[in-house]
Amino acid sequence: MRIYETVISAFSAVWAHKVRSILTMLGIIIGIFAVTALISVGQSSNAAVTEQIEGLGSNLLTISIRDSRANLDTDDIEGIGNLSGVAAVSPYVSSTYTVKNGNNSMEDISVAGVKADYQDIREYGLLSGRFITDRDSEKRLKVAVIGVDVAVELYNSYDVVGETISIDGIKYEIVGLLEEQGDDETESGDEIVLIPFVTAQRLMENTTISTIYASASSSDIVEAAVANIENYLLQYSSEDNGFTVTSQESILESLDEVTATQTAMLGGIAGISLLVGGIGIMNIMLVSVMERTREIGVEKAIGATRRDILLQFLFEAIIVSGIGGLIGIMLAQFGSGFVGTLAGTEVTVQSGVMLMAFAFSVVIGVGFGIYPAIKASKLNPIDALRYE
Amino acid sequence: MSLIEIKDMYKIYEMGSDKVHALDGVNLTIEEKEFVAIIGPSGSGKSTLMNMIGCLDTPTSGKYLLDSEDISKFSDRRLAKVRNKKIGFIFQQFNLLKKMTALGNVERPVLYTGCRRQERRQQAKEALDMVGLTDRMGHKPNELSGGQQQRVAIARALVNNPPVLLADEPTGNLDSKSGDEIMKMITDLHEAGNTVILITHDSGIAEKADRVLHLSDGKIVSDTRKGSGI
Ligand SMILES: Nc1ncnc2c1ncn2[C@@H]1O[C@H](COP(=O)(O)OP(=O)(O)OP(=O)(O)O)[C@@H](O)[C@H]1O
Ligand SMILES: [Mg+2]
Repeated sequence: MRIYETVISAFSAVWAHKVRSILTMLGIIIGIFAVTALISVGQSSNAAVTEQIEGLGSNLLTISIRDSRANLDTDDIEGIGNLSGVAAVSPYVSSTYTVKNGNNSMEDISVAGVKADYQDIREYGLLSGRFITDRDSEKRLKVAVIGVDVAVELYNSYDVVGETISIDGIKYEIVGLLEEQGDDETESGDEIVLIPFVTAQRLMENTTISTIYASASSSDIVEAAVANIENYLLQYSSEDNGFTVTSQESILESLDEVTATQTAMLGGIAGISLLVGGIGIMNIMLVSVMERTREIGVEKAIGATRRDILLQFLFEAIIVSGIGGLIGIMLAQFGSGFVGTLAGTEVTVQSGVMLMAFAFSVVIGVGFGIYPAIKASKLNPIDALRYE
Repeated sequence: MSLIEIKDMYKIYEMGSDKVHALDGVNLTIEEKEFVAIIGPSGSGKSTLMNMIGCLDTPTSGKYLLDSEDISKFSDRRLAKVRNKKIGFIFQQFNLLKKMTALGNVERPVLYTGCRRQERRQQAKEALDMVGLTDRMGHKPNELSGGQQQRVAIARALVNNPPVLLADEPTGNLDSKSGDEIMKMITDLHEAGNTVILITHDSGIAEKADRVLHLSDGKIVSDTRKGSGI
């Protein structure tokens, strides 16, 4: 019998038992939906975090000093800026405060102490005024550069240069307004206040420098810059893990690793429901073979080969699981908005995932349909014909 | 060469310690174009013998040559082909596929030959025409009378023009009028040149055959040809 004739014949058999086929499909639909949706959530959140990290600039280097005896001062940090491959460097210290303008106030605003280079490192643009200068820092001036959200919330205007802002009860003069940065996952990039580094050290009563941001002169020499900085810092701390220098790339790599295992785990858990769906198919196919034993006997008596019978039942299983898979994928696709709100990220189902899910549903059909199909094909014609 | 040659055929069912000899050393040759009736009491092994000839069952021991070929050496594929092309089987219980129309049922054996749709339709329609059911093509078995169902089954048996027609009590489930019609069809087929082997309980029907085999306890106890004087 021609293959496409067998496929047609399998379709009509599936159609002939509509309710049963749909109920069996349901297991696969749920399984494929769960697998597709969860893998997509994993991938999408990874993509979101990646975008956020890349948004910080691919040349960004983060230096964390953990060794409390390292005792770097601002001059030592200038030294990093002189290393080959390093374009800019700025120490960084931050804490959250309530900031006020008269009666308007905002709580838990991130206030960070930085030096002039920080503007280049973060590629900040200014809407008006100027950025923090090294002179501000040396003189410990009480000046501030603020984000647009702070300006809007406290002053209800972008015209803020020259105004004063109160941080933890101390007044600062606003000298610049940052361009809008946009929101990321957890916080607004525009709800920030930047002040001179040394001023911040005094405000926060913290003189140890534990975070330093730097930028490599170009993205090709990030690795070399990291090595130079590590070398340089050895004179301050020889302790294991006394300091770390991480590039965006290395952060992305470890992020990818984490999300890959996470995604695999989620997919695996969802895969269990798919397994249950597969067992459902096997169950129904076995019942179907038993019910149709006489029919199989008749088919054999009029010329069906074992292969014809095997393919007929196998295709029936594949049709049920394949269609179930397609519906599951469609549900995941159309329901991605809903799934996204549950997961807290925007979820898109990638075509690669859809293809893989469909292939998987077909594999389930073959895997769980093959045993009943073989069982049907092996029936002896006369035993099958006599079956009551 | 004979069409069918059976040598020393045994079929033994073991039921616990009991052994049932459904066929107990059968030797038989049937020539082309013969019309053979098989009679005998219930349980004498008539259906068992018929199923062997139809390649639906395998003997415990013995040889079966069809067209001089040893069937026992055939693969599943070749056996299926023999059942498809060389043998037309008519059952007492009709054995039609319930989900299919009359036309669908008759088309089915042609489907297994690998014929294209057009050709298949054509052949099936011709076969249905031959049994006078052109106007019932689209009916499912449960929408047909017993006689009509058996006629569909005959059309199905004929559709691939097999040389051998096997009928196991084809009138057993029919009233006498439909039974007569079916018998008329079968004798006509014999006259048209088919080899016909027929199982019956009805001695009136057996008389229409050229040759009568009498089975008892799995053995052929008599083999009479018309005109041989019995
Ligand atoms: N699958 C089986 N298992 C055990 N015994 C069987 C089986 N099939 C047939 N038999 C036995 O083989 C013998 C012959 O059976 P068969 O069906 O050939 O008889 P028959 O002559 O066709 O009878 P009837 O006229 O009632 O149709 C019987 O005794 C029957 O009980
Ligand atoms: Mg019988």
